[in-house]
Amino acid sequence: MKKIYTRPKSLKRTPFHYCPGCGHSVTHRIMTELIDEMNLQDKTIGIPPPGCSVFAYNYFDIDMAESAHGRGAALATGLKRAYPEAIVFTYQGDGDLAAIGTAETIHAANRGENITAIFINNAVYGMTGGQMAPTTLLSQKTTTTPYGRDDKIEGYPIKMSEILALVKGSAYIERVAVNSPANIRKAKNAIRKAFQVQIDGLGFSLVEILSPCPTNWKMSPIESWKWIDDVMVREFPLGVIKDITGKKDAG
Amino acid sequence: MAKVLMNGNSAIGEAAIRAGCQCYFGYPITPQNELIEYMAAHLSRKKGCTFIQAESEISAINMVYGASLAGVRAMTSSSSPGISLKQEGISYLAACELPAVIVNMTRGGPGLGSISAAQSDYFQATRGGGHGDYRTIVLAPSSVQELADLTYKAFDLSDKYRVPVVILGDGMLGQMIEPVEFSYEAPKEPIIRSNALRGAKGRTSRIVKTFTSNPATLEEINWSLFRRYQLIKQEEVAWDTFMVEDAQLIVVAFGIAARIAKGAIKSARIEGMKVGMLRPITLWPFPAEKVREVANRTNHFLVFEMNMGQMIEDVQLALEGAGEVSFYGRTGGVIPTPNEVLRVISRLYYQKGLK
Amino acid sequence: MKGYIEIDQVLCKGCEICTFFCPKGVISSSDKLNPSGYRVAVFNDNSECTGCAICAVVCPEVAIEVYRG
Repeated sequence: MKKIYTRPKSLKRTPFHYCPGCGHSVTHRIMTELIDEMNLQDKTIGIPPPGCSVFAYNYFDIDMAESAHGRGAALATGLKRAYPEAIVFTYQGDGDLAAIGTAETIHAANRGENITAIFINNAVYGMTGGQMAPTTLLSQKTTTTPYGRDDKIEGYPIKMSEILALVKGSAYIERVAVNSPANIRKAKNAIRKAFQVQIDGLGFSLVEILSPCPTNWKMSPIESWKWIDDVMVREFPLGVIKDITGKKDAG
Repeated sequence: MAKVLMNGNSAIGEAAIRAGCQCYFGYPITPQNELIEYMAAHLSRKKGCTFIQAESEISAINMVYGASLAGVRAMTSSSSPGISLKQEGISYLAACELPAVIVNMTRGGPGLGSISAAQSDYFQATRGGGHGDYRTIVLAPSSVQELADLTYKAFDLSDKYRVPVVILGDGMLGQMIEPVEFSYEAPKEPIIRSNALRGAKGRTSRIVKTFTSNPATLEEINWSLFRRYQLIKQEEVAWDTFMVEDAQLIVVAFGIAARIAKGAIKSARIEGMKVGMLRPITLWPFPAEKVREVANRTNHFLVFEMNMGQMIEDVQLALEGAGEVSFYGRTGGVIPTPNEVLRVISRLYYQKGLK
Repeated sequence: MKGYIEIDQVLCKGCEICTFFCPKGVISSSDKLNPSGYRVAVFNDNSECTGCAICAVVCPEVAIEVYRG
């Protein structure tokens, strides 16, 4: 018998500190599989955020530089402009990209910066203990919306992918999820396409990944993976939101 | 190269380009707009160089962080309120030991303040400015020529010690037009730092970070930074003196205030008063030793600065209780005249009964 | 048996996602606790595993290696 599935080479052997069932773990794995498959290990530079994934550098075996909260897109801009040969990605949570980092993200997209943003949307602030995020759903209970998110007080969940699609410099925006085998495969393809857009110099690419957070949703891992299909995708529909390449998906 | 007439802001730009600055990220704010405009005109067209007018000062300092990671010489500039915005980014740069040059053309504050020159960001510049224990080298030019010379020096010092360097100018220095000579030529090849993050080809992957979960590790990192600051204090203190040898009263002033004071001192000398000036050029590290040395000859100091009294504390700290330190300041963007300072000097001189 | 898997007992966090998605039901949760205190997933050796690798695709901890042939 042949071994047909094993740990990617660019994924260090360090055990993940993430919770059981966390979407970060799956995402790290599919990204490092891609880095191996596309032969990018020696030219990729990743920018993790403050947040649960602040320790991403313990797992991705590539050059990585920590960003201040929300500023990933600005760092990536400076880095990519100074050294265009690198493949630069930011890895950001929903607070990082959609709250404190909104300006930097929109303007990096607006300038058509050739960077890729991996946007992990778990509808909550994970590392700090489960507070409301810009993407928290209406009626969703979090530690700062203990009575459920009320649009009259807290506004609505924000759809960054749709907003960024309106910005002319963005080239490829897709929303995916990592809560089932089929979705995980689609997520990997989306990230592959986003990296290819960067390699081809076509502009700003972003993959929004709906990611389970069992701990802060107060669910078991299986319940949290189901919740994405049952509830989250109604607010955040999956699919390609913008694609200027006109190429069909590899499938 | 021949001398040219240039305003201070533009001179910084020309000097930065000649120092090998590859990336400039900025945001418009009075009174330094001539600098961002100079870089837009001259850096953006240069091969391999990048000019971006960012969406905010916060974004700009983080772009500098990104470019510095890639090993290139990068700078940003702003004025007081915008420099406040950059403090988090500067703290990160210091923690990562990344070089960067930050230009502050100070204006009146606090708040939105005024667009006229002031020196009220001294504390912010010399005490780190952002959160955490760190320092940045702070250079205080007092002429357009010195703006150019200290800009070259800023990039060299920043790369040498891997600390951010602040050029603390002000609105008047930025706007005034003086003859300036540029002594450097731009390097033919880009200057790339050896420990840059450029993809882990042929080596193990590098991580640049500032967070640690182990407080003891962070304490050791702080000590390592402070050992470097000790070295900088030993090697890089700079100052200038004017007629201190026989002076009975020493004016201590930096930047544009020193230019104004010089005029007042010249007039005072004509009237027979023995006044001199000690002008710190590095505000951090502060020339404390030189202050103490001057204090061996005379006890009387007049600190003159365009703020409510900031550098005076460093003078008092240096003297450790010795000496009599008086203060004169104007702030809010008010520019004192040499005559005004002369009146203060002479009143003080005669009140103290100095001969 | 067309395939088999190896589950790393130290990396497994007992999330039961593999158990949930396995189309042949050849993975179950055991009562065994690993050094981190998780109830690890175990593979049923006398089984109908086809080596489809769905378990490995969903496993967050990269704890599963798959053999087929």
